[in-house]
Amino acid sequence: MNSIVVKNLTKKFGSFTAVDEVSFEVKRGEIFGFLGANGAGKSTTIKMLCGILEPTSGDALVGGFSVAKEPDKVKQNIGYMSQRFSLYNDLTVEENIDFFGGIYGLEGNLFEERKKWVLHIANLEGKEKLLTSSLPGGIKQRLALGTAVIHKPQIVFLDEPTSGVDPISRRNFWDLINSLSAENITVLVTTHYLEEAEYCNNIILIDAGKLIAEGSSKQLKTNYIKVPIFEIECSNVVEAMELLEKQDFVGETSIFGNNIHVITNEKFKDESQIHNLCKSSSINVKRINKIIPTLEDVFIHLLEKGKK
Amino acid sequence: MFNRIKAISKKETKQLIRDVRMMAVIFLFPVFLLGMFGYAINFDVHHIKIAVYDQDKSSVSREFINSLLSSEYFDLAGYLNSDKQIKQNLDEKLAQCVVVIPYNFSREFYANRPSKIQYLIDGVDGNTATVIMNYVNVATMSHSSKLTAEILARKGMNVFALIQLEPRFWFNPELNSTRFLLPGLIGMILIVVSVITIALSIVREKERGTIEQINVSPLSTIEMMIGKTIPYIVIALINAGLILLAGFILFGITIKGSILWLIISILIFLFSSLCLGLLVSTIADSQQVAFQIGTLISMIPSLLLSGFIFPIESMPPIVQIITNITPAKFFIVCLRSILLKGEGVAVFWQQLVFMMIFAFAVLAIATRRYIKKAV
Repeated sequence: MNSIVVKNLTKKFGSFTAVDEVSFEVKRGEIFGFLGANGAGKSTTIKMLCGILEPTSGDALVGGFSVAKEPDKVKQNIGYMSQRFSLYNDLTVEENIDFFGGIYGLEGNLFEERKKWVLHIANLEGKEKLLTSSLPGGIKQRLALGTAVIHKPQIVFLDEPTSGVDPISRRNFWDLINSLSAENITVLVTTHYLEEAEYCNNIILIDAGKLIAEGSSKQLKTNYIKVPIFEIECSNVVEAMELLEKQDFVGETSIFGNNIHVITNEKFKDESQIHNLCKSSSINVKRINKIIPTLEDVFIHLLEKGKK
Repeated sequence: MFNRIKAISKKETKQLIRDVRMMAVIFLFPVFLLGMFGYAINFDVHHIKIAVYDQDKSSVSREFINSLLSSEYFDLAGYLNSDKQIKQNLDEKLAQCVVVIPYNFSREFYANRPSKIQYLIDGVDGNTATVIMNYVNVATMSHSSKLTAEILARKGMNVFALIQLEPRFWFNPELNSTRFLLPGLIGMILIVVSVITIALSIVREKERGTIEQINVSPLSTIEMMIGKTIPYIVIALINAGLILLAGFILFGITIKGSILWLIISILIFLFSSLCLGLLVSTIADSQQVAFQIGTLISMIPSLLLSGFIFPIESMPPIVQIITNITPAKFFIVCLRSILLKGEGVAVFWQQLVFMMIFAFAVLAIATRRYIKKAV
């Protein structure tokens, strides 16, 4: 069953097209990664899916309701959390929970139960009276997620929820996302961290408002790059990279730590081309391996292709 | 719906109470303004500094000077002995007015001929100069008629004035300018406090990004605006009560008319002011800008265009039309009617209607702008 069905969703601001005929589907209970560079149209898409921005054309069904026609019903059924962890810093933990419970119309026993749940997932039991401003980032983030789903929505939108949080908190936060998914809640998450994208069941990539890739992380790695990719360990990394970029058999290069990843193109014949090139420029090659591309390779490849 | 409004009002109140700086502004600002306008701005002219150049130095001239100085309106600044001193006294503001009694004053008097007295008045402040001129005029005339009566009495004739002038000032018998200013002052304080508090409270949410979370919730724009304004209406009402109390304690100003209509007028005025604040919040994106626009849009018109200090009737027609940009204009009429004149609603109901029209017009623009901006 599909939780979100997006069909030809388009948003124009004047002559600028922020989201261009985007279509995709998200299954119930899945963790869906939504990737793209800054300004690619991610936030605009999420805003339309949340029912706060009217699409110029196209539509999306979120939890079965049309975002264009029934935005108020959509709002009842979703939770939203942004990178800014929109909590009130000058309120206590409990006052924040009370406020968000209140605006979602929670009352009585259900409200008490949900409040306990939020305190539990944020590890804040017994600390209800603390001012939110005094909480560390990781805890704030969990509290923000808790308040965003206090009304038990079927679908949660997380807009770069882990930016600016330390790696351990990030890992814990993903455990929390997994537990939501286990409760059959659909999670749509945008992120800049590609290793986080690996945790998603399905991923889409958009660039300049257009959807350019979709599938599981495995599918993306095999379906979108058909040419061989090499990892090269060598001396003079920067020099070698500049040199490789000039060759007609090289598509893109990028640096991963001390290594260079080279995405070749159709003119590439075999590894000896790279060896010969380095030898003639007195670059000392320690190692050349053909590798399975990482998500980053795939995205750099797709985005570079988009530019050309 | 009620629950959602309650949730947002409760949250707003807690934030407000915790914001010590804001609370200080809300409650100290009115005290400051009241003190400033109540004591520092005063159009009453008392204790005019008057210098005397008595060239005659006779018993007649001395008698005239004594009658002049015996009133509370004039204070003697000194006796002068030369024309040069007149210039010096007026130049250095030692005196606001110099009275010159000529050499032939008593001679003419005994010869039964009219004699002249010269008054030199500092005309820099035109208002005060006119008042001084009126005072010296009246003082001179009354002394003159007193002398006439004495002369005629000596000749065995009895005179009486054919027409006696007996002016009575209604509503403000002492012509106390504080009494006149207080309603305008209340209007100005309330509009400034309401516009700024509500604008800051919304813009703060924009600045911190919390508004996003509210936008994606089922809370409607109207629910949010109602929920947000309730705490500020309560605060502003308390403020209004405090100002009225201070007006009574410091300046002895009592409420002559109906307290119910006073509260109703204040509520309608607060509503229109808060709508103006909402409008400001849709224009400004940072708290500084909101504060500046808020002050500008609330304080300047309510000070200059509301009839608070300068009567609207004496403004040019174009400016009279512009005065409608501030609801304080209508509110001041209501307040003066209720506080000073004790008049009923029959006199000022139109002003209440105007304020409502103003409020809904501004609210409509603000809501439209807000919805557009949310995207």
